[in-house]
Amino acid sequence: MNLFSLVLVSLGRNKRRTILTMLSVVVALFLFCALRGVLDTLDASIKVSSEARLVTRNAISLIFPLPLSYRERLTAIPGVKSVAHANWFGGRDPVDPGNFYAQFAVDAPNYLPMYTSDIEIVAADRPQVETPVPPGIDPKLASFISERDACVVGERLFKRMKWKLGQQVPVSGTIFPGTWTFTIRAVYHAKNPAFGEEAMLFHWKYLSEKGMNGQGIVGWYVLELADPARAGDVIRSVDAMYANSAASTRTETERAFQAGFVSMYGNVPFLIGVIGLAVVFAILLVAANTMMMATRERTSEFGVMKTLGFDDGTIFRVVLAEAAIITLGGGALGALLAKLVIEGSGFNAGGLLPPMTVGWATVATGIGIAVLMGATSGLVPAWQASRLKIVEALRRPE
Amino acid sequence: MALVEIRNVRKVYRREAEEVPVLDGLSLEVAEGDYVALMGPSGSGKTTLLNLIGGIDQPTSGDVVVGGTQLAGLGTKQLARWRARNIGFIFQLYNLIPVLTAQQNVELPLLLVRMSPKERRERAQHALDIVGLKDRLKHYPRQLSGGQEQRVAIARALVSDPAVLLADEPTGDLDRKSAAEILTLLGRLNQEFKKTIVMVTHDPHAAERAHRTLHLDKGVLSN
Repeated sequence: MNLFSLVLVSLGRNKRRTILTMLSVVVALFLFCALRGVLDTLDASIKVSSEARLVTRNAISLIFPLPLSYRERLTAIPGVKSVAHANWFGGRDPVDPGNFYAQFAVDAPNYLPMYTSDIEIVAADRPQVETPVPPGIDPKLASFISERDACVVGERLFKRMKWKLGQQVPVSGTIFPGTWTFTIRAVYHAKNPAFGEEAMLFHWKYLSEKGMNGQGIVGWYVLELADPARAGDVIRSVDAMYANSAASTRTETERAFQAGFVSMYGNVPFLIGVIGLAVVFAILLVAANTMMMATRERTSEFGVMKTLGFDDGTIFRVVLAEAAIITLGGGALGALLAKLVIEGSGFNAGGLLPPMTVGWATVATGIGIAVLMGATSGLVPAWQASRLKIVEALRRPE
Repeated sequence: MALVEIRNVRKVYRREAEEVPVLDGLSLEVAEGDYVALMGPSGSGKTTLLNLIGGIDQPTSGDVVVGGTQLAGLGTKQLARWRARNIGFIFQLYNLIPVLTAQQNVELPLLLVRMSPKERRERAQHALDIVGLKDRLKHYPRQLSGGQEQRVAIARALVSDPAVLLADEPTGDLDRKSAAEILTLLGRLNQEFKKTIVMVTHDPHAAERAHRTLHLDKGVLSN
């Protein structure tokens, strides 16, 4: 036996209480890390975006469109390498309306080459006839490029829905009414996990022809820059060009655009942080109370230990170690469990966000909080036990 | 030279504004190898005197010198270390740690000494062998009889080989047979292992086993 095994044995004195206290810490740290994971995920959604791409949208709001006619002038702005446009489709699964996944209508020949470093095609149908693909497009996408109603879907979505290549997928339009049918011609894998694999991309042209009666309106433009250092000049040029038009623009880097999108959640991230800390604080009080109860019950035992020659410092360390093992053990378990469970679930808000993640920094913060909890909850009982007067402690009943 | 010297010791407890004198100018000498029984009515100051000799309480005035060490000159930490080396305590209610086995209870004082786990284990087993409980090493206090628990407590008091054993009514919670066994054991520790023993007791039969009996009444000693 040594002092550490003495601490462990003491923890086993009231196994039910120790386990329940530890479980409460596990749950607290699990919740804390899971809630912080939401913030990590929002951060990750910003990180997927690039400083080398700009997003131009309607200055009033993202929900107001821009004319397709802007495209030619945007392409001509010095410093702009290429321009693509996209729309949010907002369709629903007609069979299971609760089964949400994101659909985007994209100007594929220009849009997909911009994201070659983020996604790769892992499965694709062969075209019925040899079809050339535009420059910068993966040749495997020939079938998708050549078909009006074809779509590319994320690998995760593809597996979750148990789809097959060539399968026709019905989608009920909400913004663009009617039943739409898309043929799956390719599957993409996100090389950058933050890109997510739960979205469907289809041809903007199909949306325009079927959903807008050929009207040329787009949700937003993506501008790829020749030189990211000139982003400021390009932003000013674009917004100045349309400052007095019917649809004035707001241009920003894709990263800033995504951050703005995240900021639409308002104070939710702040609230999430506060709720997480409140949970931890509540459990801290529970742990501290339990430790104090456990110490009080052992008053005469500490008196005996002191009589045998244990000094105040050793008693202090023994009690503190007991609290630390409960909170650190429970905290580490809760934090790691949050990482495993949350990331294992792959939840991604239907493709609106990257797969939910709990970063190692969050796990480390959780463990740090557990250490702090251990110190805080153990400090008072450890101090009380160490300051016990032997004569009084021995006199006190168990 | 006496192993334990108590010189003109006063001990006064404070109860709110009231002062309660427990020991009143008490002096006592206990020679090395002596076996002293302390008797007296409840509240006469027997346990207080034992606590002063063991360094777990301090006198209001006067000197307590044990083995040449003036206890008043030691700080809390030094006193703890001194107790671990020089004093073995035996309590009326045994005061074993319920979650530790007999062997672990006996090992407890040795955790404060730099010693290998193997040596610690061997010394604990030897102490339990002396008290006749070699076959109860892995038993928890709840699995032992009162007499056996007290023998484990004696082994714990013995394991660090202290010069003085202080026993506070060691047979007070035992039946006649177990009490006799404990008193025989204490006698053996005194004779065979040369332990100096100061024992508080209410039992005249227990006091008969000691070399001498001192009576304490209202904080004053008489033979």
